[in-house]
Amino acid sequence: MRFMVIVKADRNSEAGVLPSTELLAQMGKYNEELVKAGIMLAGEGLQPSSRGARVRFSGSKRTVIDGPFAETKELIAGFWLWQVRSREEAIEWVKRMPNPMPGTESEVEIRQVFEAEDFGEQLTPELREQEERLRSGIEAQQKQR
Amino acid sequence: MTASDTHRAIDAVWRMESARLIAGLARLVRDVGLAEDLAQDALVAALERWPETGIPDNPGAWLMATARHRALDGWRRNKMLDRKHAELGRELEARQEAAPDLDTALDDPVGDDLLRLIFTTCHPVLAPEARVALTLRLLGGLTTEEIARAFLVPVPTLAQRIVRAKRTLAEARVPFEVPRGAELAARLASVLEVIYLVFNEGYSATAGDDWTRPALCEDALRMGRVLAALAPRESEVHGLVALMEIQASRLRARTGRSGEPVLLLDQDRARWDWVLVGRGLAALERAEAMGVALGPYALQAAIAACHARARTADATDWARIAALYDALAQVMPSPVVELNRAVALSMAFGPAAGLAVVERLAAEPALRDYHLLPSVRADLLLRLGRGEEAREQFLRAASLTRNAREQALLLARAAATPG
Repeated sequence: MRFMVIVKADRNSEAGVLPSTELLAQMGKYNEELVKAGIMLAGEGLQPSSRGARVRFSGSKRTVIDGPFAETKELIAGFWLWQVRSREEAIEWVKRMPNPMPGTESEVEIRQVFEAEDFGEQLTPELREQEERLRSGIEAQQKQR
Repeated sequence: MTASDTHRAIDAVWRMESARLIAGLARLVRDVGLAEDLAQDALVAALERWPETGIPDNPGAWLMATARHRALDGWRRNKMLDRKHAELGRELEARQEAAPDLDTALDDPVGDDLLRLIFTTCHPVLAPEARVALTLRLLGGLTTEEIARAFLVPVPTLAQRIVRAKRTLAEARVPFEVPRGAELAARLASVLEVIYLVFNEGYSATAGDDWTRPALCEDALRMGRVLAALAPRESEVHGLVALMEIQASRLRARTGRSGEPVLLLDQDRARWDWVLVGRGLAALERAEAMGVALGPYALQAAIAACHARARTADATDWARIAALYDALAQVMPSPVVELNRAVALSMAFGPAAGLAVVERLAAEPALRDYHLLPSVRADLLLRLGRGEEAREQFLRAASLTRNAREQALLLARAAATPG
């Protein structure tokens, strides 16, 4: 299962203060561990909201609002996408993360990605056989009809 | 935190730490079976202690320290039953004195112990099914029950398989090491085969609604990614990861609403998992960047990548796919690869180009009962306006397939073919 791990903004990240060399080094090491554990799918740090925008939807109307946005603690400063086996595993990994916002109180949020449609449960044994065939002759299969 | 929360957290910690723990212990005791027993003892101790004390800050180091103490205690209690144990016991004590920091034993920055463990659980002295079970258990951190459920075998059967595998490794005195030189290539092929077997078991798993089967794809991908981080210079490791990432990217798209399979060219490409596609293409680039001729996994990944790069089915670069099948046939000669090459040729250069290859294959004994051969042949003949021969081949294909749904489809095509 996949989780999005969301680092919330603080006043420093919103002010565009770059992380210290030390924090960058620690995060680099942490990211390396995520890669070595085979769980890291993606991850990025985000620029402050002053460089972003919002589009407000109201019926058929679209209104563009330029950043920055006020509610700092609700903003996102970065995210990862992880593939882990359980929510608990995601939590354990987050606990090992270096504090992303040293000097202020901040939160890292863990949210599971929807994957409900991934695996059809209605598949019958006949279909399974067909699937197996598919693997051995994907290209050949294309031409069958 | 409630007791059950703690248990779930311990479960997660075990999954994260067990492989490194067992690998570190196996280096000390030189027996993966014993190493696993020690690690399990440490887990039992954690299950007793942690609900009261809370999970320690460095759970991996705690488990390692506990397991090592158990090992030493055991040896002392048994008064060093034999010389081997005595020797190991002394060595262990010496190491402990030399490095009072218990983390050191677990400290395996380059992952050599983990790599040794992978090569050991995938050792050719074991039967393929034993390699798979042992690898999932020791490296994947899966329980015997989970593996048994995933492979649809009874739990006692699988437990036996694992016990026997450990005994075989001990009896054969398989050294706990990463093979070198000429041996490395063959042994690495075995490791890759085990991972791909796990992947395919999950990929083809469509019976039942048990989550453990499809989850095998994720387990295989994870082990592949771990291996790629441990052996970053091996082109085929990246090739296998690329192949699995790209195949897994289509999991969502390859079944329709009522569970029917959707063929690659008919799939809604918007439903592909583009994160995995991107990862697969990046892994393929790494495989290609090694500057060696591509092996079977990297070539299959390159073929999968041709489909992944095409925005629509019509945009597929069939000429390149045909060339890649040609290369694949060189390193992994197989009539099925040849048949695929024929299809790619027909897509790129028209039905006559494909038919020439297919007709050569018709004499191939391995494909005598393979229904896709007459099925492909019929299609090419039909496109060339040779209806009568096409109908004959459709009927032949229908008589060879064991799948009722497909048989009906082929008979319908035969009936609809103008003669």
